[in-house]
Amino acid sequence: MRIAVCIKQVPDTEARLRVRPDGSWIVEEDLPFVINESDEYALEEGIALAEKAGGEVVVFTIGPARAAEALRKALALGAARAVHLSHAAFQGGDPISNGRALAAAVAREQCDLVFTGSQSDDLGYGATGSVLAAALGWPHAWLVMGFALEEGGRSCRVVREMESGKNELLRLQLPAVIEVQAGINHPRYASLKGIMAAKKKPLSEASPEDLGLDPRAVGKEGAAVELVAVRSPQSGAGAQILPGDAATAAKALVEKLRNEVRIL
Amino acid sequence: MAARKVWAVLQQRGGELNRQSRETVAAAQELASQVDAAVDVVVLGAGGRPLADRLAGEMAVERVLCGDHPALETYTPGAYVAALAPAIRQQAPSYVLFPHTYQSMEYFPRLAQQVDGAIVPAVAGFRLAEGTVLWTRPVLGGKLQADVRVKSASGSPVLASIQPGAIAADRLRAGSGAVEALPLDGLAGFVPDREILGIESAAKDEVDLSKAEIIVAAGRGVGGADKMGVIEELARALGAEIGASRPVIDNGWLARDRQIGSSGQTVAPKLYIAAGISGAIQHLVGMKGAACIVAINKDPNAPIFAVARYGIVGDLHEVLPALTAAVKEAKGS
Ligand SMILES: Cc1cc2nc3c(=O)[nH]c(=O)nc-3n(C[C@H](O)[C@H](O)[C@H](O)COP(=O)(O)OP(=O)(O)OC[C@H]3O[C@@H](n4cnc5c(N)ncnc54)[C@H](O)[C@@H]3O)c2cc1C
Ligand SMILES: Nc1ncnc2c1ncn2[C@@H]1O[C@H](COP(=O)(O)O)[C@@H](O)[C@H]1O
Repeated sequence: MRIAVCIKQVPDTEARLRVRPDGSWIVEEDLPFVINESDEYALEEGIALAEKAGGEVVVFTIGPARAAEALRKALALGAARAVHLSHAAFQGGDPISNGRALAAAVAREQCDLVFTGSQSDDLGYGATGSVLAAALGWPHAWLVMGFALEEGGRSCRVVREMESGKNELLRLQLPAVIEVQAGINHPRYASLKGIMAAKKKPLSEASPEDLGLDPRAVGKEGAAVELVAVRSPQSGAGAQILPGDAATAAKALVEKLRNEVRIL
Repeated sequence: MAARKVWAVLQQRGGELNRQSRETVAAAQELASQVDAAVDVVVLGAGGRPLADRLAGEMAVERVLCGDHPALETYTPGAYVAALAPAIRQQAPSYVLFPHTYQSMEYFPRLAQQVDGAIVPAVAGFRLAEGTVLWTRPVLGGKLQADVRVKSASGSPVLASIQPGAIAADRLRAGSGAVEALPLDGLAGFVPDREILGIESAAKDEVDLSKAEIIVAAGRGVGGADKMGVIEELARALGAEIGASRPVIDNGWLARDRQIGSSGQTVAPKLYIAAGISGAIQHLVGMKGAACIVAINKDPNAPIFAVARYGIVGDLHEVLPALTAAVKEAKGS
């Protein structure tokens, strides 16, 4: 079984963000980048499945040169091969153009099953996997919190998260696109051996032409929406910040809780 | 009759509208007034006519389009997309709005792909600027807001989901509309894309945090299962329950039944102390009903401070022990 996993490299959620002077996006120079959180879970799901059911994991990413680092990490964790949609035409896309590009890449590698994350931590569309599924004509499920192959790999059982602490149990026919939600499993850490082995694993790059796609149908040009500006959210009334060192602030807070909130 | 149309596709279960659906109609009315369009409401289901009739008597809309078919009895993305895609192609609404729920989010991007539409999820607001609609939505975990627009050249429909609270349900203009059957050509020969096996609870045990008076909530900023002591000690001193944001649960530092937010519990204590929680929308929807929110975070720009009454900017591993000591002192123990 050939399992595709789509991962995106995103700014570390811990990083201090600065908006570019022109407001068009954030300053990316010197930002630490990591694999998107739900994609780490998607990767673990794919690698664990390949180990259990037999087969290999191929990882895909759309991103600039820096994103190769995310692919190398995926290879170190156990993926067999990586495909980097690094060509300039692929960059700056939205779920429509990225879903289209990833679908073409997955189809070229003849994968039987795709894992993606549920939502990217930067643009947060929550949509790319579903578009990819639609483009392939495969069923999909979003916010997947449990996955198991059934009927010798012809179908799968899926646990889909619902609002307010409920889950729905589903059966999907394969091939399918499974959009994994954070918390589905416990992602492994890369071993030293894995990191060494990753250096020799194949990492290929693809251009739109390689995938049989019009360069104007992918990336920024192929996107349906464009980002106009980013800014800090208008923050309601905002908190009253209690100044001073930890002890001073803590004392001030207890005073407030006692006299203003009347809770202590 | 305005030539352009805004559709609001509502979410119902067993004839009852989902809470956010009214907000979505209000948003559609507001958008329609900005872009000079007529509003149609769409309801899908099996035997949905009574609901459609009721809505048509309540809301100022042009039409209530009722998609009534056995395949729409329970939601599946395949049936919903098969029902809506041909209808959108035929009737060409310029905007199709959905409540931003897990259900809409699962199928509307697929629908957008099928109708060559644009995808704008989690809309917090919109406005007209230089003739195009600018949609505001959170990015980077709510630390920033983005304005996005659909590229001018495309005449394709815009599919957008409206975040809870983006527009108040009481802004919905009352009135009436005409009920019409939604043509369901797409469901002829429909093959289901999934089998529904059942529904279960996500957590093994069930701690009910909804009645707690005080909650001390841990976020990823706590830093590890072995570092949860500072949370436990403050909770003990306050007589509080312990809750958490999602990553704390995902990482196994606490059990799933302590999760607060859109996938977890909704709480409304008198006091909610959020330590090391950034304030993503999915967390906020679960706790913004608290009477008093205190945020402790080392990042002064964390969005949690926007909803908090009091904030302390600093390392929670220094602030929480100091707070525990101050609470104990105040309680005279
Ligand atoms: C469909 C869906 C459903 C979701 N459901 C939920 C849900 O039910 N509940 C939920 O909570 N989330 C949910 N999420 C996840 C949500 O989007 C956020 O990712 C999550 O709430 C972030 O948790 P956090 O604030 O603890 O972590 P982060 O966003 O990583 O924030 C950690 C914070 O800790 C601060 N910090 C770090 N170290 C320290 C220190 N030493 N002292 C003080 N502060 C420190 C940082 O400045 C930062 O602000 C959901 C997401 C999706 C896509
Ligand atoms: N640039 C990308 N490269 C590879 N996969 C992506 C990319 N963008 C999004 N994805 C996948 O689609 C999921 C949802 O992303 P989004 O629609 O941006 O929220 C992510 O969790 C990834 O698995």
